[in-house]
Amino acid sequence: MQLSRYWKRDIVILLVAAFVVAWANGDLEGLLGIPGWQSYTVRIINMCAINTVLALSLNLVNGFTGQFSLGHAGFMALGAYTTALLTMSAAAKDRVFFMTPLVEPLRKLTLPFLPSLILAGLVAGVFSLVVGVPALRLRGDYLGIATLGFAEIIRLVIQNARSVTNGALGLKGIPPVVNLWWTLGAAVLCYLMLKNLISSSYGRAFKSIRENEIAAQAMGIDLFKHKLLAFFISSFWAGVGGGLLASLLTTIDPVQFKFPLTFQVLLMVVLGGMGSLSGSVISATIVTYLMEFLRVVEETHYLGSITIPGVPGLRMVIFSLTLVLVVVWYPKGLMGDRELSAEGLKQLLARFRKAIRLKGESSS
Amino acid sequence: MILEVREMRMQFGGLLAVDRLNLALKQGELVGLIGPNGAGKTTVFNVITGVYAPTRGTITLEGKDITGMRPDLITRMGIARTFQNIRLFSRMSVIENVLVSLHWRLRSGVFDAILQTRKYRDEEAEMRAKAMDLLARVNLDSVADLPAGSLPYGSQRRLEICRALATEPKVLLLDEPAAGMNPAESIELMKFIQKIRDEFGLTILLIEHQMRVVMGISERIVVLDHGVVIAEGTPREVSRNPRVIEAYLGVEQHA
Ligand SMILES: Nc1ncnc2c1ncn2[C@@H]1O[C@H](COP(=O)(O)OP(=O)(O)O)[C@@H](O)[C@H]1O
Ligand SMILES: [Mg+2]
Repeated sequence: MQLSRYWKRDIVILLVAAFVVAWANGDLEGLLGIPGWQSYTVRIINMCAINTVLALSLNLVNGFTGQFSLGHAGFMALGAYTTALLTMSAAAKDRVFFMTPLVEPLRKLTLPFLPSLILAGLVAGVFSLVVGVPALRLRGDYLGIATLGFAEIIRLVIQNARSVTNGALGLKGIPPVVNLWWTLGAAVLCYLMLKNLISSSYGRAFKSIRENEIAAQAMGIDLFKHKLLAFFISSFWAGVGGGLLASLLTTIDPVQFKFPLTFQVLLMVVLGGMGSLSGSVISATIVTYLMEFLRVVEETHYLGSITIPGVPGLRMVIFSLTLVLVVVWYPKGLMGDRELSAEGLKQLLARFRKAIRLKGESSS
Repeated sequence: MILEVREMRMQFGGLLAVDRLNLALKQGELVGLIGPNGAGKTTVFNVITGVYAPTRGTITLEGKDITGMRPDLITRMGIARTFQNIRLFSRMSVIENVLVSLHWRLRSGVFDAILQTRKYRDEEAEMRAKAMDLLARVNLDSVADLPAGSLPYGSQRRLEICRALATEPKVLLLDEPAAGMNPAESIELMKFIQKIRDEFGLTILLIEHQMRVVMGISERIVVLDHGVVIAEGTPREVSRNPRVIEAYLGVEQHA
C-alpha cells in the first residue's frame, strides 16, 4: 500500500516534468499554440543537463570510489566521435572528408541516434578497461597519471587518424538530433542509475574502498573488480555525454577535448561535493550558467571612447582560482558527501522560518 | 589444526621482522601472541592475511595452502582480522560498516542492484537483518545509523570486531584490541572476546603487548621478541620464564 502511494507521487512528478519539458522544447506550440522557450535558454539547459551527466559520472570514480581519474575528456572525445561518425549521412561525410576519404565501412554506415549513443558509451567503456586494467591493478594512485596520458593520446590519435576522424579539421554537419528530451532524459537516467547503484551493496563497496582500502580488502572486497566497475560505468556515461555534446554542437574537433574540459568537470564535482550526487547536479547547473555569464570577460567592450579588450581564456583562469579557493577554504564543497532530500529541505525551511520569527520578535 | 604457520620469515630490506615462526592453532583455541613493541606481532598478522607474501615459509588453513594469496580471498576462506590502529569506514554508518563485510556473499549482479530487482531487494533485506542481528550481539544496534567515526573509542573497537565477525570467519585475528583502554575496560573487553569465541565457535589469535591483559583468557601464549619466538606455553609457564621477564624488563627500563 505504502509503495503504491510512493509510486503515485513519482508518477505525478514525472507527468508535471514531462509537461514542462514538452512546453519548453516547443512541442506544445503546434498542439496548443503555446510557444516554447527561447532557443538561447534551451541551449543553456541542454548544456546544464549534459554537464550534469559528466559531473555525476566523474563523481562516481573520484568522489565515491576515491580513485583519481583525469581522463574524462578522452572518454568524451571517444563518445563524441563515435556518435558523429555513426549518425552523419554518407553525403555529409563525403562533404567533410574531402582531404582524405573516410574508410569504407564507416563511409556508408548510418545508424539512428539512440543506438549510436549507446555505442558511444560502450566504446568509451571498452577503452576505460584498456586503461583501467593495468592502472588499477597496481597499488597506489596510478590512475591519475594513466588517465591523463591516455586522454592526451586519444586526442593525438584523433588528430592524426585522418581517414577515420578527419584529423585537425574536425567533423561538421553532425545531425542536430539532441533536444531537451534527450539531454534531460540522459541526465535523469544517469542520476537514477547512479543513485540506485550508490545506495546498493555495490555502492557500499565503492565507498569502503574510498574510506580505507586496506580494511575494505580485509573485509573480502575485491578492490580491482570494484574499481574497474566504477571506472567502466563512469566512462560509459562520459562517452554518452560526449555523444550528446557532439549532436548539440553539430561540429567537433580534437582541440575541444583538451585537458581544460576535464578540469571543468572536475571543478563541478569538487564544488558540488565529492560523493554527493545532488551536489553534482546543483554545481553542474551553477557552473554552466556562470560559464555563460562570464563570456563577457572574454569579449571586447566599447564604452564610448574607451575600449576594454576581452581576454581569451580568462574564464578558465577565474575557474581555476575558484577551484583553488574552494579546495583551500571549503574542501567539502556545497554538499560534502550528503544528499539533498525532501526531509533535509523541510528542516532547512523550518530553521529559516524560526530564524525569521526570532528576528521579528526581537525587533518588535 | 585449523591454522598452521610453518617456518615463516618476513624480511623488509635488511630488516628481519619475523624469523623461523611456527604456530599451530587448534579449533576453538584462544591463543595470545605477546611481545614488546616492534617484536613483529603485527607483521605476523599481515603475512597470515596476505598483506605481505612471506620471504619464506607456508601458511595453511584447514590443510589448504594460503601462502601469498590475495587478502580478500583469504578473508573469504575464513580468516578475519581487526587492526591495531582502528581502520573503520568512518564516514559510513555503523550498519554500513557491517554490511560491507557481507558484500562478498552477494549473489545479485550489478544490474540487479541498479534496477533494484526483486532478487536484489530480498537480498538487501536479508543482509540488513543479519547486520542488525550482529550489531545487537555486540550492543551496537542502538547506534546503527550513526557515522562510525562518531562512536566513542571502545565502541569503535567493538564495531571493528563485529565487522570482522560479519565475514563469517573460522579464525579471528585481533590486533591489540585493548590498546588505549583502562584496566577495567580491558577486562570487560576480554570477557567479551571469550563470549564471542564461544558463541561463534571461533578460533582466536590475540595480539597484546601487555602480558597481564591476556593472562586470564588465553589457553596458550606465544612470546615474540625481535621477530623470534622466545617462549611458548600456558600463561603460568610463560610468566615465569626468565627470557620473557628479561625481554619485558628490558622494555620497561626504556619506558
Ligand atoms: N612494511 C614494512 N616495511 C618495513 N618495515 C616494517 C614494515 N612493517 C613492519 N616493519 C618493521 O618490522 C618490525 C616489526 O613491526 P611490527 O610487526 O609492527 O611490530 P609489533 O606489532 O610487534 O609492534 C618493526 O621494526 C617495524 O618497523
Ligand atoms: Mg603491532
